[in-house]
Amino acid sequence: MANHAEAQAETLALREQFDTAEQQKDASTLGMWVFLITEIMFFGGLFLAYTVYRDIYFPVFALASSSLNAVIGAINTAVLLCSSFTMVLAVRASQVGQRNALIIFLILTLILGVAFLGVKAYEWNEKFQEHHVPGPTFHLEGTGQQGEAQLFFSLYFAMTGLHALHMLVGCGILTWLLIQSWKGKFTPEYMTPVDIAGLYWHFVDIIWIFLFPLLYLIDRHLGR
Amino acid sequence: MITAAAQERETYLNASYGIKSWLLTKDHKRIALLYLFTVTLFFFIGGAFATLIRIELLTPQGGLVSSETYNKLFTMHGVTMIFFFLIPSIPATLGNFFLPMMIGARDLAFPRINLLSWYLLVIGGLFALFAMLAGGVDTGWTFYTPYSTTYSNTWVIATAIGIFVAGFSSILTGLNFVVTVHRMRAPGMTWFRMPLFVWAHYATALIQILGTPVLAVTLLLVFCERVFHIGIFDPALGGDPVLFQHLFWFYSHPAVYIMVLPAMGVVNELVSTFSRKPIFGYSFVAFSSLAIAVLGFLVWGHHLFVSTQSVYAGMVFSFLSYFVAIPSAIKVFNWTATLYKGSISFATPMLYAFGFIGLFTVGGLTGLFVASLGLDVHVTDTYFVVAHFHYIMVGGAIMGYLGGLHYWWPKITGRMYPELWARLSALVIFLGFNLTFFPQFILGYLGMPRRYHTYPDEFQVLHVLSTAGASVLAVGYLMPMVYFIWSLRYGQVAGANPWGATGLEWQTASPPPVHNFDEMPVVTHEAYDYTTVLGEVEVG
Amino acid sequence: MRLPLFPEQASNFAPETDHLLYFLLAVAVFFTVLIFGAIFYFAIRYRRRSDRELPRVLHTGLALEIVWSVIPFGLTMIMFGWGADLFFRESRPPANALQIYVVGKQWMWKLQHMEGQREINELHVPAGRPVRLTMTSEDVIHSFFVPAFRTKEDVVPGRYSTTWWTPTKPGKYHLFCAEYCGTNHSRMIGWIYVMEPQEYQTWLSGGRAFGSLAENGEKLFQDLACGNCHKADGSGRCPNLVGLFGRNVQLADGRTIKADEGYIRESILQPNAKIVAGYQPLMPTFQGLVTEEGVLQLVEYIKSLGRQPGTTPAEVSPNPPAPKNQ
Repeated sequence: MANHAEAQAETLALREQFDTAEQQKDASTLGMWVFLITEIMFFGGLFLAYTVYRDIYFPVFALASSSLNAVIGAINTAVLLCSSFTMVLAVRASQVGQRNALIIFLILTLILGVAFLGVKAYEWNEKFQEHHVPGPTFHLEGTGQQGEAQLFFSLYFAMTGLHALHMLVGCGILTWLLIQSWKGKFTPEYMTPVDIAGLYWHFVDIIWIFLFPLLYLIDRHLGR
Repeated sequence: MITAAAQERETYLNASYGIKSWLLTKDHKRIALLYLFTVTLFFFIGGAFATLIRIELLTPQGGLVSSETYNKLFTMHGVTMIFFFLIPSIPATLGNFFLPMMIGARDLAFPRINLLSWYLLVIGGLFALFAMLAGGVDTGWTFYTPYSTTYSNTWVIATAIGIFVAGFSSILTGLNFVVTVHRMRAPGMTWFRMPLFVWAHYATALIQILGTPVLAVTLLLVFCERVFHIGIFDPALGGDPVLFQHLFWFYSHPAVYIMVLPAMGVVNELVSTFSRKPIFGYSFVAFSSLAIAVLGFLVWGHHLFVSTQSVYAGMVFSFLSYFVAIPSAIKVFNWTATLYKGSISFATPMLYAFGFIGLFTVGGLTGLFVASLGLDVHVTDTYFVVAHFHYIMVGGAIMGYLGGLHYWWPKITGRMYPELWARLSALVIFLGFNLTFFPQFILGYLGMPRRYHTYPDEFQVLHVLSTAGASVLAVGYLMPMVYFIWSLRYGQVAGANPWGATGLEWQTASPPPVHNFDEMPVVTHEAYDYTTVLGEVEVG
Repeated sequence: MRLPLFPEQASNFAPETDHLLYFLLAVAVFFTVLIFGAIFYFAIRYRRRSDRELPRVLHTGLALEIVWSVIPFGLTMIMFGWGADLFFRESRPPANALQIYVVGKQWMWKLQHMEGQREINELHVPAGRPVRLTMTSEDVIHSFFVPAFRTKEDVVPGRYSTTWWTPTKPGKYHLFCAEYCGTNHSRMIGWIYVMEPQEYQTWLSGGRAFGSLAENGEKLFQDLACGNCHKADGSGRCPNLVGLFGRNVQLADGRTIKADEGYIRESILQPNAKIVAGYQPLMPTFQGLVTEEGVLQLVEYIKSLGRQPGTTPAEVSPNPPAPKNQ
């Protein structure tokens, strides 16, 4: 039999359209998966445009890609992968009811997420200084196809920008989770928000795992 | 007795009062009514644009409005009707109200997201209305580049934002429906015991989830192109204007199935109830909805046959387009077979069902014309296509919607509409519709292009016929507005099941209580089992 | 009062398209009558006579469902095959086609004959000979539609598109722009004049002497100093253009492509898009320095280079290039 605290948590958290906590958790989880599928389709349009233009303008895309700092991009990739790890640890902590661990791991994930955004801001600023931002002042050395080069960077900013927006929302969600964890809202019986936020965070991470090689590593070779 | 009890009984309508109780409701039934109000408003706005278009086309050289204005009129007619009326209409009104009840649920899986969906439609609509009032948009609802990105100097961005936001309304509704059908069915409500209305909305929801995000990102790219001049669709910068068409139609073709599948879902219920028989070929009809959803994603290139798309791509898309016609044909045959040896009633909803089946058949058959490459070369971008899609969207989807509204009106409001006036308006709509759009098939084959403000004299007679039809149609649409509102106060009070229909929604009071059912149902019988309604009395 | 249902048939494709239409109409009418008829009949025959009626439940069979899926499917496959065949032939202009160049812009059609005649919103062509249009747009997407010919093809900025037909009946036929292109889309219309071959020759030799497209192209070639690099003896820093048109070209990235009109246009406007193997990306772009019509003139001139006297362009390029596709 569930003890009084657990029953109370269950009752508080169970919404009236659901019959059982399990049904609610299943529905929430399925809902998040469905949402992530819509996000795949959303990003998909940009990936399609990227694929088409990379195919027809490969040399210019390779040149433009080489102007990106792959080391910084790789560092950012590592940052996000670590943040997914800390997120998994946070979910685990909530599953076994370790409130302090949960809070610590959420904070770590948030720090790593903010770090990613900070590095991104630094990269974008660099691009701005180098006149690689599409617009009247755009110029990429080494090619006569400035229009096509601008296409690469338009896609670069659109895709990393959309990704960064999703990261920002993710950081907002983490902050909310932190507040709720602090208030003790999550128990092993009710940690669904942490769980599905984890799904979202991993998804945003995976998008970056695709973005990094596609944008930073076109035709790159070690040592070049 | 029933009257007095109904007035004292708590229903979802009188359980709470005040504007906050409506604007902050989580009740799917109230949200459905919020949607009903909103989409009806947009229907009449879109209809106003259509009226002006048809009046202008009475004479070959126009004269009522300038070319700029005319181009804005057809653009805004399309945008309003498609994104702010047709796409939300049945799912967000009838689907929201009845999908949970049909599967025995207290509400959708995510009621607050449902309310958010409505707000997103309203906000999107406000952006679009702003664009219309501030001067309009003239790109066509299809926003082809580079006209929309570089050349048009109208309110493209505001309109694009409006559609973008409304798109998320559609996505969230789809998400809600999918999770609800998977997780919220009452005990005993297996997949194959669900009403076919639910199957149709499930298939629709799949399309909403998978297709709409692509439109969203495409509009985002148009926005970026217009604001930042990034060149993605601009040939001068190495971009490809036809890429836009691929991205746009990847959503917009499945979108037409978002608009028609729910109407087919309604027709299932109407044909069954008013034949007093289960739908013939239940599982085939159920699977055909899924087949339409899947195949619908594979045919977008049939909008690009003359766009400089490769000949071989054209052949693949033409071939697949014929595939997607077959599940629709299966439905039509099964509906017709349902009538065989049935007990046919001519109540208004059934008249709309007949209208749907007939007009959808014509619209669908003309789809076979445009899917044929050699013929499409001639008729694409002409009034033939305009006639084809209006037969499906208006002759089909809107008639399905009106049929559903009449059918479920007693359940929603607790009142009956006046049957004689309703039958009359159904007839007026049917006649007005055909007079409006049949001449357009002829106009199209004769060569009258779409989106033309002025036209050669020889096309005038057919245009006059079409406009005459439109005036009749307008009268037909105004009539339900009048008598539905009238019925709220003066209509005959309705019982729980005035039609003798099956389905869980008819086993609760009219209007339903806030939590839908006083006791959660346990389902033990198959869908469309009329013995449960009429007992074992059998005649013939 | 004439109330025609069909436009005139004035091209080789018109009767074929109409025959396809008749087949589709026959199928459509058949099924419409079938469904309307069945509904009408069943509704009356089985109308509700008592409120307590409860019809027997009838179960479908796989056989029936298959029959009414397979038969319609078979019919649609005929529609597909017939339409695809017509479409394929509409995309393959014959070798001896008369070449016309079209530039669409808001809101007019500019047409050029190889011999130099320029027309605005009108096109004179001889009956009985295939005509091939190579088209581009200066601004937005337009579409070249001649209802009497039953043909239509979009005219897209940044690329060439092609359509062809053989006019069969002298007369005057509508030309419409069929892709919405802005304010005066419905006024971007004109006339196709199909003339008896003799009359056409007369028309061709009358009027102002424009100089042929190729002659104008040669002038432009000299004005823009193309010959400084593209030397006729092949000794320049850039590829020799003599005999180029219609030949296969090996590119620096390993691909081999055919030098069609689209390739030549791209080489002028976006020279770094495709570099010929063994050459450097030295050529500057002429975007902004030459109009689309100028490009057409240069294309015709380059086509004429290396052409043996008496040979038609068709014999140099026996398989006319397909429209640029994506």
